[in-house]
Amino acid sequence: MRRRCEFSAETSDAGAQTLALSGPLTVSTAGLLEGDLRRAAGSYAAIDLSQVSAIDTVGAWLAFRLADDHQARIVGASDQAQRLIAAVGGQRSEAAVRPHRARPLRRVLDSIGNYVAGSGSGMLAFLGFMGQMILAVGSLVRHPRRFRFKALVHQMELVGVSALGIIGLMSFLVGIVIAQQGAVQLKQFGAEIYTINLTGRISFRELGVLMTAIMVAGRSGSAFAAQIGTMKLTEEVDAMRTIGVSPVEALVIPRVLASTLMMLLLGFYASLCAILGGATISTLTLEIPFMTFLSRIQEVVPMHDIYVGMVKAPVFGAIVALSGCYQGMQVEGNSEEVGLRTTIAVVQAIFAVIVLDAFFAVFFTEVGWG
Amino acid sequence: MPEPAHTPAPNEPRPGEDRQHPIKVEGLRNCFDDHVIHDNLSLTVNKGEILGVVGGSGTGKSVLMRSIIGLQIPQAGHITVLGDDITSAEDDEDIDIRSRWGVLFQGGALFSTLTVAENVEVPLREFYPEIDDNLRHEIARFKVKLSGLPPEAASKYPSELSGGMRKRAGLARALALDPELLFLDEPTAGLDPIGAAAFDDLIGELQDTLGLTVFLITHDLDTLYEICDRVAVLADKHVIAVDTIPNLLKLDHPWIQEYFNGPRGRAAQAAQDRGRAAQAAQDRANAVKTRHAPSPDAKAMDKQTGRGA
Repeated sequence: MRRRCEFSAETSDAGAQTLALSGPLTVSTAGLLEGDLRRAAGSYAAIDLSQVSAIDTVGAWLAFRLADDHQARIVGASDQAQRLIAAVGGQRSEAAVRPHRARPLRRVLDSIGNYVAGSGSGMLAFLGFMGQMILAVGSLVRHPRRFRFKALVHQMELVGVSALGIIGLMSFLVGIVIAQQGAVQLKQFGAEIYTINLTGRISFRELGVLMTAIMVAGRSGSAFAAQIGTMKLTEEVDAMRTIGVSPVEALVIPRVLASTLMMLLLGFYASLCAILGGATISTLTLEIPFMTFLSRIQEVVPMHDIYVGMVKAPVFGAIVALSGCYQGMQVEGNSEEVGLRTTIAVVQAIFAVIVLDAFFAVFFTEVGWG
Repeated sequence: MPEPAHTPAPNEPRPGEDRQHPIKVEGLRNCFDDHVIHDNLSLTVNKGEILGVVGGSGTGKSVLMRSIIGLQIPQAGHITVLGDDITSAEDDEDIDIRSRWGVLFQGGALFSTLTVAENVEVPLREFYPEIDDNLRHEIARFKVKLSGLPPEAASKYPSELSGGMRKRAGLARALALDPELLFLDEPTAGLDPIGAAAFDDLIGELQDTLGLTVFLITHDLDTLYEICDRVAVLADKHVIAVDTIPNLLKLDHPWIQEYFNGPRGRAAQAAQDRGRAAQAAQDRANAVKTRHAPSPDAKAMDKQTGRGA
């Protein structure tokens, strides 16, 4: 059972009330004692601490506050109590505990205004970032020795090689779903054989590349934003600048280039995995033999479907990496910002990829690669 | 009234607790892979003292502190803090002793999404949820003031503070629950000499007023001379000596000699001697002037440091 600090009020001959506290007057008893005293709502001329067995700064503060509220004297305080009260007492500060917050309506308007202004300056900042990129590329072309080949290879491994497992599995499963669901619908026309066309063309043109881009955005775009953001917080980026290393050259270019190159390979690989998935499910449930499925793919998928996919893939890769690196470079202040910027990087990258994919779809059909 | 979940009673020892020695480390062994940091390390901290811990870089001062506060599980050995065996697996019991110690990490380790005052309120909220909001805010404000920060710092976020202010804010949080035991990891590192001297004074004064036991890791020779009662020297994977500085100087260990008798060590010692002399003179003068009404904290206020001399 926890001990409590008891209190009692005594009225002296002159009619003045004395509040006597007894027991430990510490942080562990302060909360309950303060509530009880508030409910008792007495007014006291003196506060007697002679029965207090232990006191700490919170207890001293409570005694000081009581004395201050009631204009009471403190009597019977031990040496230690006096010292503590002297240490914590003095001017009672009314300083705010958290920064001032405006009224809700005002805050909504504020945040809308900030959002609009932020979007405008964000666009400018992104333009500036792209400018820095172009300058860095230009200076790398003039001084090819400065190019960080090792960093590029390392990033290629992180973005590409380590993603092979998850992207392969995901595409394989997507291929299964397309073939199986497609077959169910096509069966109604007796056109099950067109499952092959469906799987082959949609994998190369759309889903292989799109799903890979989304996966790379989640895996690598977020990693870029978080890595660069943390480096901004720990002043590593500033340290680079002072040493004369351009952070764009050292951090951004290798990542963007690695992501661009790797998306091309990953997109192709994902399309193949999707087709393998389709072929597997067809063998098992549609009675189309595995090899027949594959050789039909050769006949029904036109070459330009592969070109469509392979044009889109590097563009998506560049967008994912640019968004990650840009948001990482925008981090300032605290660790919460890193998380926020990482989220923004992934959401923006996926959104931009899907919007662009829609444009590409229309464009390639118009130019006759339908 | 229902009892809140964790309601330890501070200032009350647990059964079987050694009241005189809040920290006891016996036969501690720590290693990372093949690299042995501590081997058969033993250390006992007395109640109410400021123990300075020194040692070259990489001798495991911070690892020792992390072991004592239970953040690092040692390979072997026993650590008893305030009567609780930290090295044993039962975590539930450790929770109450956590309300009896405060820790100041090297960088302050403030929660970056909370203001300074909210940082101070975190332990209060955790252990004493029954404390009324207003009282809790008031406690946070006076802790902020006690640790030497201006009142308007209470509503600032850690990213808006300078390094020295962040350390003070960290100290305010470490002191939130009026702990008996305070762990400080390089409290004056990275502070300017004036700020460092003020921080030393603050720690000395708080220790004096609150009767704290302080475990202080430092490289700052001025801090050692100024406020430490005893100094533990870490070398060769264990504590080679724990004693007052004059007694340590008598030892014939090369590292100790180099440390305390190097140019910086001698400067700090000379500064302390000058400070002591000045204080003695001041005390004599005060004794004549204020013989009748000695205020309780007058001595602390008048205390002069010899820093910067």
